[in-house]
Amino acid sequence: MDEELYKQNILDHYKHPHGKGVLVDFDIKERGRNASCGDDLTLYIKFDQEHKVRDVAFEGEGCAISIAAASMLTETIKGKTAKELALISPGDIYNMLGIPISPGRVNCALLAYKALNDSIKTME
Amino acid sequence: MLDTATIKKDFPIFESSPALAYLDSASTSQTPLLGLTAMDEYYTKYRANIHRGVYELSEIATDKYEQARETLARFLSAESEEIVFTSGSTLASNMLVYSLEKTLPLEKGDEIVTTIMEHHSNLIPLQELASRRGLTLKHIPLTEDVDLDYEKARELITSKTKIISVTLASNVLGTINDIKRLSELAKEAGAILIVDAAQAVGHMPISVRELGCDFLFFSGHKMCGPTGIGVLYGKKERLASLKPSLFGGSMVERVDTHTAEFASTVARFEAGTQNIAGAIGLAAAIEYLSRIGLSNIEHHVRDVTEYALSQLRSIKGVTLYCAGDPRKNAGIVSFLVEGIHPHDVAEIFSRGQVAVRSGHHCAQPLMGALGVTALVRASFYLYNSKEDVDKLVLGIKKAQSIFA
Ligand SMILES: Cc1ncc(COP(=O)(O)O)c(C=O)c1O
Repeated sequence: MDEELYKQNILDHYKHPHGKGVLVDFDIKERGRNASCGDDLTLYIKFDQEHKVRDVAFEGEGCAISIAAASMLTETIKGKTAKELALISPGDIYNMLGIPISPGRVNCALLAYKALNDSIKTME
Repeated sequence: MLDTATIKKDFPIFESSPALAYLDSASTSQTPLLGLTAMDEYYTKYRANIHRGVYELSEIATDKYEQARETLARFLSAESEEIVFTSGSTLASNMLVYSLEKTLPLEKGDEIVTTIMEHHSNLIPLQELASRRGLTLKHIPLTEDVDLDYEKARELITSKTKIISVTLASNVLGTINDIKRLSELAKEAGAILIVDAAQAVGHMPISVRELGCDFLFFSGHKMCGPTGIGVLYGKKERLASLKPSLFGGSMVERVDTHTAEFASTVARFEAGTQNIAGAIGLAAAIEYLSRIGLSNIEHHVRDVTEYALSQLRSIKGVTLYCAGDPRKNAGIVSFLVEGIHPHDVAEIFSRGQVAVRSGHHCAQPLMGALGVTALVRASFYLYNSKEDVDKLVLGIKKAQSIFA
């Protein structure tokens, strides 16, 4: 129970995040910020001709939970259409993380998700 | 050192959580039983509104509330007519700035001088005032060892300076500022000096006379008092001409359909029903702290801080962001653990029952000046011991091993 939150999976994503970087050619660039702890990341997405996510990247600073969640998110959204992206819910993020998220960490877990969600809203 | 085992017995929280290493008093402190009992008594024995009823309970409540004001006055070496009760630092700061705006002759191009280490609650009201009135806001920077740069202060404070507003102790760095020195500069410039004493009152002996400030404010909840009560001190001559900025019941002399005349006393600044229990609880907290002795508390916290500084300095990968001389530190130690975000550090601590804060601590301009986005902050008070610091150190080692 004690080490639950920082199980290896989360730590691996934190130390070696997937999709870390910037896209020069992008359709979406959205910043997510966590006012309480200063976490700050920017999500980039590029769609292909079929309007599916061809490339996704994020850059920024954050805690293990927010970086791991961002890393996992970039993995899962590749190949998805904007419509499919809109269907992703906070519950999906919690499931991906696979650990109990306390109220104090909700904003960390959902930082990248919120950036994604905001960007899709502005697209519509 | 104080006998923390005995002191802890005065705080019911440590009965409910005996293993708790509470290192977040800079955010809010714990409450001694004495304060709780005093507030209970108000609610159970003489609850009534003040300055209104002609019945006995109201008279008792009024007496207790005014006695609380006297206690505060004695505690700060002020007079009771210089003590205004507010809901806390934030209200005091906002209300004061509005009042000064209505009272002072402020002209476009006039200047306000503050510091780079201010809490948002002191800073933002000044920013807003500056933007409403076309004033220039200047910030005294830090030296290498996170002290205020007094040479720069001397340059920044000029005859154009109308208001100087500085924190007595930084809620991030712990740095205790030399208010007397700034007070001299304020006098030369003819500027009003405001002191944010949220991290200082109740932690060290404070005399507003000695500081030489015009206004000073703080929150009760950071000094063993309840939440929702605080104080704005105003020097008599300043307060006498200060216009109120909150309006309502209890603060007027006379009201007709279009105009009102305001009370000539501090009542002018206490519109509406006040936090009566809060004022009584705060006075009880002061009684409690005074019994232990403010100097004793100051020295105790200094010893714990010194121990924490030396322990943390010896851990590889830990970088301190705070006043390194415990005599110039109000009991606050902020740091980073290499490769681990402050949020994660705090979470790992919490599992060892160590409560600290992580984040920007409502001081984002300071974070910018330090080149960080967040810090872990441990803060010490009279109930903390070296054992608490040892738990903190264990927590850091644990975090390092998890993230290794
Ligand atoms: C230096 C300083 N000023 C002002 C405040 C604001 O106090 P409150 O939130 O009680 O109004 C704080 C509290 O964190 C503080 O540390």
